[in-house]
Amino acid sequence: MTKNLRVKSSKLVDETYRISFKFNGTTYYGFKGDTLASALLANNIHLVGRSFKYHRPRGIMTAGSEEPNAIVQLHNGTSRTEPNVRATEIEIYEGLVATSQNCWPSVKFDIGGINNFLSPLLPAGFYYKTFMWPASFWEKYEYFIRKSAGLGKSPDVPDPDIYEHKYIHCDVLVIGAGISGLIAAKTAAKSGFKTLLVEEKSYLGGSTIYQDSEFFKINNQNSASWLEKEINEVKKIENLEIKTRTSVAAFHGYNFLLARENLTDHLPLEQRENKTRQRLLKIRAKKVITATGSIERPLIFDNNDRPGILLSSAIKKYADLFGVACGEKNILFTNNDSVYETAISLIQKGIKVQAIIDNREEIDSKLIKETEKNNIKIYKGYTIVDTFGYKRINSVSIMKLSKDGQKVIGSKENISCDSLGISGGWTPAVHLFTQSGGKLKFRDDDQVFIPNTYPSNQISIGSCNGDFTLDEILINTPKLLKEFLNIKKTEYENIEIYSAFNKSKRNIWLLPSNKIVGKTKSFVDFQNDATAKDIKLALREGFRSIEHVKRYTTTGMGTDQGKLGNMHALGIISETASSKMGELGTTTFRPPYTPLTFGTIVGRNVGKYFDIIRKTPIHEWHVENKAEFENVGQWKRAWYYPQNGENMHEAVQRESKAARDSAGILDASTLGKIDIQGTDASEFLNRVYTNAWSKLEIGKCRYGLMLNEDGMVYDDGVTTRLDENHYIMTTTTGGAATVLGKLEDYLQTEWPELDVYLTSVTDHYATISVCGPNSKKIIQKVIPEIDLSDKDFPHMSFKNSKIGKVKCRVMRISFTGEQSYEINIQANYAKSVWENCMEAGKEFNITPYGTETMHLLRAEKGFIIAGQDTDATMTPIDLQMDWIVSKKKFDFIGKRSLYRSDTIREDRKQLVGLITDNPEEILEEGAQIVADMNKKPIEMLGHVTSSYFSPNLKKSIALGVVKGGKNMMGQKLIIPMEKKQINVTVTDPVFLDKENKRLNA
Amino acid sequence: MFLINCPFCGEREQSEFKAGGEAHIVRPKQPTELSDDQWAEYLFMRKNIKGIQFERWNHIHGCRKWFNMVRDTSNDEIKAVYKMGEKPPVK
Repeated sequence: MTKNLRVKSSKLVDETYRISFKFNGTTYYGFKGDTLASALLANNIHLVGRSFKYHRPRGIMTAGSEEPNAIVQLHNGTSRTEPNVRATEIEIYEGLVATSQNCWPSVKFDIGGINNFLSPLLPAGFYYKTFMWPASFWEKYEYFIRKSAGLGKSPDVPDPDIYEHKYIHCDVLVIGAGISGLIAAKTAAKSGFKTLLVEEKSYLGGSTIYQDSEFFKINNQNSASWLEKEINEVKKIENLEIKTRTSVAAFHGYNFLLARENLTDHLPLEQRENKTRQRLLKIRAKKVITATGSIERPLIFDNNDRPGILLSSAIKKYADLFGVACGEKNILFTNNDSVYETAISLIQKGIKVQAIIDNREEIDSKLIKETEKNNIKIYKGYTIVDTFGYKRINSVSIMKLSKDGQKVIGSKENISCDSLGISGGWTPAVHLFTQSGGKLKFRDDDQVFIPNTYPSNQISIGSCNGDFTLDEILINTPKLLKEFLNIKKTEYENIEIYSAFNKSKRNIWLLPSNKIVGKTKSFVDFQNDATAKDIKLALREGFRSIEHVKRYTTTGMGTDQGKLGNMHALGIISETASSKMGELGTTTFRPPYTPLTFGTIVGRNVGKYFDIIRKTPIHEWHVENKAEFENVGQWKRAWYYPQNGENMHEAVQRESKAARDSAGILDASTLGKIDIQGTDASEFLNRVYTNAWSKLEIGKCRYGLMLNEDGMVYDDGVTTRLDENHYIMTTTTGGAATVLGKLEDYLQTEWPELDVYLTSVTDHYATISVCGPNSKKIIQKVIPEIDLSDKDFPHMSFKNSKIGKVKCRVMRISFTGEQSYEINIQANYAKSVWENCMEAGKEFNITPYGTETMHLLRAEKGFIIAGQDTDATMTPIDLQMDWIVSKKKFDFIGKRSLYRSDTIREDRKQLVGLITDNPEEILEEGAQIVADMNKKPIEMLGHVTSSYFSPNLKKSIALGVVKGGKNMMGQKLIIPMEKKQINVTVTDPVFLDKENKRLNA
Repeated sequence: MFLINCPFCGEREQSEFKAGGEAHIVRPKQPTELSDDQWAEYLFMRKNIKGIQFERWNHIHGCRKWFNMVRDTSNDEIKAVYKMGEKPPVK
């Protein structure tokens, strides 16, 4: 039977609404409004997980998103599991199932706990130091390291939930709905700014909303009541939008922010169906007001990580907001006044405070007096030197601090407890501010970093700006707002404030102990098990930069990014290295502020919506005819058309034989098409292609090679002169967009004087290519009016024509080496023209072929594919295409680079043909090519770029690039494979019909 | 993410734009006259300034126009945008 630790009806939970949930297999109850953490604490459960490295028992430590320890795995149905969920953030719902992480077989008995006793063997940098040698063992080590790495378990099925993205534009964004955020939002909205207020929690008001003691008053009411009235007013303002459960993840430049809005995670499972789970808000704000508050600091002493040790503010919050006592015998340990607020809250609720240990000697404030009135023993000038209790704290030992705070004196005293609240003061939550590029300054008085210079139109207000007390907030916030919003007045000018808080603080980063540092476990980063000892070791080993110390010790590198302990790490470094805190800077805070699930990041862009899919107008026909498709950029292209259970090889052999023997038909609609018009069109082509264009007759086509300015082949294609000042250029499928971009770049920036207009018409025209000895007969049947005689319509020419009433352009060009015609027709008519061709070609066994056959056919002919046989290091000369480079032209893009000292080297990789000794042996594309296997290291001469079995030549053929290959014709080379060596002979890259008889037939 | 004031369209998200490297590098009128070193200077050598930098940008998912930008690379502040062919407004 577990104890009931509910104290009394509280602000947030609804005790009339009971919710059951499961934790580590046992069913428990909580109330609506509880977080998993508050519900577990109410059931007297502190032990929630095991630490990362030493597997030490760990409990709930905080009540917010800074939680380092209480991170659990959620299981919502069979396909939903989520690791690393902070128990302090997830609101319980009917059906919640959670388990502990990083422990086996259970959180209560964890085999890995042995690491704790081996800890002297596991210092900082253990992995770097240990797994270095022997080098050959790395693969064995890696298996075990990977097994023990990571915290939760990632889901192994696709995320079934719905996520979405939303853009929001506003005048003012206020981050955080604590007292200062609410004041800011109300002031901004009432001054006419379209305002958005976001709050990561489910409720508004921050910590002030439960600050209802007589020690904090605004206009003679306790601060909570005053703020409640404010909230009621704020909710009514029209141009103010409020989003709760919304956490800002990233604050980028130019006031662009990303926030996660949580829509269903708090709902019972059955109410979540078909609802968007989370929304990624992309916010562009004219002005940003950051009011993200502050995070309480822990204190760093030996064994400061046991379950039952919480931040003092968390104990207060659990009592005030959730009505839960974290223990029945509480001890509080502090260096400032904050714990007295907790003490008074606990006393009011009848929760026992055993003792308060304050490391300050001389203290005197209203809060302390009130505490003393209640007969609570305060140990002034003391520190905790150790704690006890394995799965739950059961006592502490304390000792007197020396005057300088450097050591402990006197004798040890033990006090029993079941909960310890610690407070080391407060750290402004400047994470978002620094993400935006803001620079911090160090305030020596209370040892905090606060915003200094703002990189965009933004301010920080409230405790994230270093204003920790009620009076500071209420005096400074209106002042800052007036200047920032450029307004004359706020409604907070003559407000009466009463705050009993005294700001005195005794900051000691690492509290002294009666043991030597090496014998203590004083945790600085609780999630990653980094201790003060580790940091000191890193400094002894020579690390100086805080960024290096961070990586070496992994301090601040957990999922919580060290929200609690980073300041102490800096403090310990600066003390040990005798440098000043402000001069060290901080480590870099990076987005996201709290972890985001991948679903939120990708939104709706999953599955078939991951990227745009482009389909040709003939696509449906390919689908109906059982084509297999391949992705070419965003295009879906028919790859091959298997018949009667053929595999790809068999289909391609059949298709390519048919194309050469009789007729083949290809959907070439994906080729890029650029319409070029203007009086300088010919001159323009002269400058962008390597060959000459001015003399191309109207009605003729020409193949062109386009280079980059560095002389390397960039793209190729056939361009047709439609009229005096009108061309149509084709590009490769993948290169269409970049070619257009490059041409526009030159036109706009280098040659604005040229009268040339470029229009992309790729999607407007479909291209149907019919090739083979019978192609002429088929085209004649489809377009009866056209004269296809070789004399009137030779290879590389073009005619306007009509199919029925529809205009089309017919080009006689070939990428296969066969006689070939391309019909370009407006896309809407393409499918029916394709079907006409199929019908007309029936008697000739017209065979549709896909990209694979196209590649084979062009390889037989030795035609390159830019991007497959070239790789941005190949000049036209390297490709043995000297014939296409004009010697006469004064200039073209890339010309000068063709005779740089590097490009004229004889031993550059050059394109050659490769014939295997065994004609059945097909080379692997990408395979290395060598000449001598005996000389070590073996020199790699090049690699295979294209390889096929040619059914027309009845042998294996391949293209490859080989160093100095041009002068190696007939030479034997070797392709070394894993289990064999393949002997090849270097040949000319044209394997079939060198005389172009087929083209002109 | 920048908010870029396209000289033709006005303020737009950075995701609509493409960066195009250093601005005001003029393609030599007579490349054939240049030595390898001179050509390499044009072809390869680019400044990488911490501070005020002149850059080319293209409103690729908008009007597709190229324009110039003056940007402080140390804090990403865009000091000015101006059309191709116009003189830089700041030095």
